[in-house]
Amino acid sequence: MNKPLNKMAVQTTVNGESTAFLCSPGQVLSDVLRDELELIGTKIGCNTGDCGACSVLVNDRLVCSCLVLAAEVEGQTVQTIEGIAKGGELHPVQQKLLEHGGLQCGICTPGIVVAAKALLEHNPNPTEEQARYWLAGNLCRCTGYDKIIRAVLDAAKTLREEAA
Amino acid sequence: MNAYQEFRIIGSRPVRPDGLDKVTGRARYGADLSMQGQLYGHAVRSPHAHAIIQSIDCSKALAMEGVLAVMTGDDLVKPGNEMLGSGEGAMALKDLVPMVMSQGKVLFHSQAVAAVAATSPELAAEAARAVEVTYEVLPAVTNVHKALAPDAPVLHHDRFPDDYPAKPTNLATHISLTVGEPDAAFARADVIVEQTYSVPMCHQGYIEPHACVARVDAAGRVDLWCCTQGHFAARHFTSAATGIDLGKITVTASEIGGGFGGKTTIYLEPLAVVLAQKAGRPVKMVMDRGDVFRATGAAPGAETRVKLGATRDGKLVAADVDCLMDSGAYNGGPAAFPVYMATACYKLTDARSTGRSVYTNKPKIHAYRAPSMPQVTLGFELAITELAAELGIDPIEFRLINAVEEGDANMMGAPYNRIGLRECLEVARNHDHYKSSLTDGVGRGVAMGYWINAGMQSSAILNVSPDGHVAVLTGSPDIGGSRASMALMAAEVLGIPFDHVQPQVVATDSVGHTDVTGGSRTTLATGQAVIQAAEQCVAEMCRRAAIEWGVEPGVVAWSQGAAHHGDQTLTFEELASRAGTMGGPLTFSSSLNSTSAAPAFGVHICDAEVDKETGRTTITRYTAIQDAGKAIHPDYVEGQMQGGAVQGIGWALNEEYLYNEKGVLENPGFLDYRIPVASDLPFIDAVIVEVPNPLHPFGVKGVGEVPIVPPMPAIAEAVYQSTGVRFRDLPLNPPKIVAALTDSRALLPDPQ
Repeated sequence: MNKPLNKMAVQTTVNGESTAFLCSPGQVLSDVLRDELELIGTKIGCNTGDCGACSVLVNDRLVCSCLVLAAEVEGQTVQTIEGIAKGGELHPVQQKLLEHGGLQCGICTPGIVVAAKALLEHNPNPTEEQARYWLAGNLCRCTGYDKIIRAVLDAAKTLREEAA
Repeated sequence: MNAYQEFRIIGSRPVRPDGLDKVTGRARYGADLSMQGQLYGHAVRSPHAHAIIQSIDCSKALAMEGVLAVMTGDDLVKPGNEMLGSGEGAMALKDLVPMVMSQGKVLFHSQAVAAVAATSPELAAEAARAVEVTYEVLPAVTNVHKALAPDAPVLHHDRFPDDYPAKPTNLATHISLTVGEPDAAFARADVIVEQTYSVPMCHQGYIEPHACVARVDAAGRVDLWCCTQGHFAARHFTSAATGIDLGKITVTASEIGGGFGGKTTIYLEPLAVVLAQKAGRPVKMVMDRGDVFRATGAAPGAETRVKLGATRDGKLVAADVDCLMDSGAYNGGPAAFPVYMATACYKLTDARSTGRSVYTNKPKIHAYRAPSMPQVTLGFELAITELAAELGIDPIEFRLINAVEEGDANMMGAPYNRIGLRECLEVARNHDHYKSSLTDGVGRGVAMGYWINAGMQSSAILNVSPDGHVAVLTGSPDIGGSRASMALMAAEVLGIPFDHVQPQVVATDSVGHTDVTGGSRTTLATGQAVIQAAEQCVAEMCRRAAIEWGVEPGVVAWSQGAAHHGDQTLTFEELASRAGTMGGPLTFSSSLNSTSAAPAFGVHICDAEVDKETGRTTITRYTAIQDAGKAIHPDYVEGQMQGGAVQGIGWALNEEYLYNEKGVLENPGFLDYRIPVASDLPFIDAVIVEVPNPLHPFGVKGVGEVPIVPPMPAIAEAVYQSTGVRFRDLPLNPPKIVAALTDSRALLPDPQ
């Protein structure tokens, strides 16, 4: 009884797995991730690219998935919060957020994790100011960012030690 | 004297039990649940701020293929004067139902007037556009002074405040309270300060928009999943708004993506339930961010006149406070707290306090973290600072001379128990931040704040597994780490490891009634229920050990997670594993109406630097000091202090609802309603002071709300110290500062 909709077939890689989905031309990536692929870790706070809760990596580039058309990821690689921990082992950003109490309600946390991981891949040794500016696109209303920034700088230290 | 003096793990900082799910994206929030066969609901919202609905025609929408239900305000109950809820969430049914969906008259822009349910979100949105509503548009009023003018458009023609019995006006409430003889006391004052201060309407700004899914089965039983600060309140309100029996509704609280008071009420829930009932299929609704700003929450703007008098030696002798607050379209009762609590930090035996709230064509205001206290405290604390300056007394010293302590009463009359305000002030005075010198152009402000804190009803169930692990079930949605507190408290009493406790937030059928997560009450009151359930468990285990050993229960002692008598020991694990043969399953429950709440006090120090060219204010250093009674998990106490301080910083510097003359909000998004971002801020130094609450077994005091109370006056003072210009109207945004500095420069002699 659904009206027939004009759907496109998209072939992509999500969290390392080859994935195909159907989407309408105007559908944004965040909706497909959540509603079609059941990757609900990508959160929607605004749908206008202002809050960063829907942050994902497309070809290792940090984007707001609410501003990316789903059809645009044809042939690309997408990494979401669900793909950050490797085989049950948390990424240092995730581990340090837990250890520092860097989350309260947790709705912004997936976006913060994805964005901070991208930061540390670009800049393994950020200053506090660099971390604050990189994460300025990820709104958190609970924490005042204090423990988030501490956790990210601590995770950077861990990653540098692991690399050394 | 507290029942517990020494702690094994209370005060430590373990990783929160729900943390793993939240850093990996597995935690399910309001919009994260889908039910099989669900439809998508979409509200039709008014394009006018003030109008009479002449007709609603849903026929075209309903005729669309894939549209299965429509509803209007006629599908909700016609409210009388019933009161709902308690504490910060209390309201009259007639202020709830039409706010959820208009019943004939539109009182604010984007108020829901109808709703549709369809097979896809896109189709639901299209169907909502096909609903034809005709309006008689009325002039809108969004300013409280204009709303009180004799010729103002009146929002409610059926409401007659006591002061104006002859005809309805927009005055929603008018409360006044006097203690002692303030007029005579002012006559004794050597110095008097009298000023008016204002704060704009703002939003709680939680990142998660409202969302819910409802299912109604053939027998009329309702399953409702929603993000809420209190699923028992959501059930009660939804029942009251729909007329469905309370007992037929089960509400499950999702994880909640922020609330700050704004999710102690309902918006979409009755719509989803009614649509699901009509369509015979589950209905999911998720609010658009713009509608969150336009049609929910909102903290009242306020204008406060404060008059204070002191003697030359720094003794505060009289106060007179008059607070005019914006109530929005319905009665949100914002004026009461300022009246009773404006003076609460100070020894004052002669004071007068008046509060009025006014209907305007804006969303009905709702609780926001220490509701109404930041607004009135901006005025009171800035006036205190101005008075101290006139007297030439250090602002902390002036506060220490006048700060309340045990035995003093505030305007509500009851004397304080053991409070920690003076301790916080002493810590502030001796803090490295306060003693540090200021660089050129940086100003410093200090302010303090009070919040009453709530106790109210809570319940807990404690189930012991045969392997010695424990499930702790409560009805308090975890908004900022409360599961960690519950697990710590249970583990402390039982003497078992923290990670052997699994705290869970369960549905309304699965635990006793529990009031909202609000009023800074969860760790205090729900924690108290958890402590009591754990104590019952210990008592039962001691009783079973006594039977095993053939001794009187009274001689069995519990320590280190085991029952002891002489050299005999039975551990928690042993008693748990043998439960089946020693008396049956170990399950305990506790419900209470807590009378243990103690007020919270905080002192904040802020350094700020104003760029004289751009008007931008940078917070260069910030310290928040607060009496927590006993910090159960210090990370999450500090987190409350830091988060509350930053919300206050946002309100002081930037956040503001901007309405046009038609009553349309012009900044309904995070781009234009700019909450603080990481690069706006320094680290927020949080200093926990612990003056135990004698009424609570662990000494806990509520901590969540008071941190938003001191920031605005502290920042306003710092900006004054930086610029030399006194600002009494917030927010202190760059255009306002540049304009004021330009004006003040015009008065200076030309440096050339």
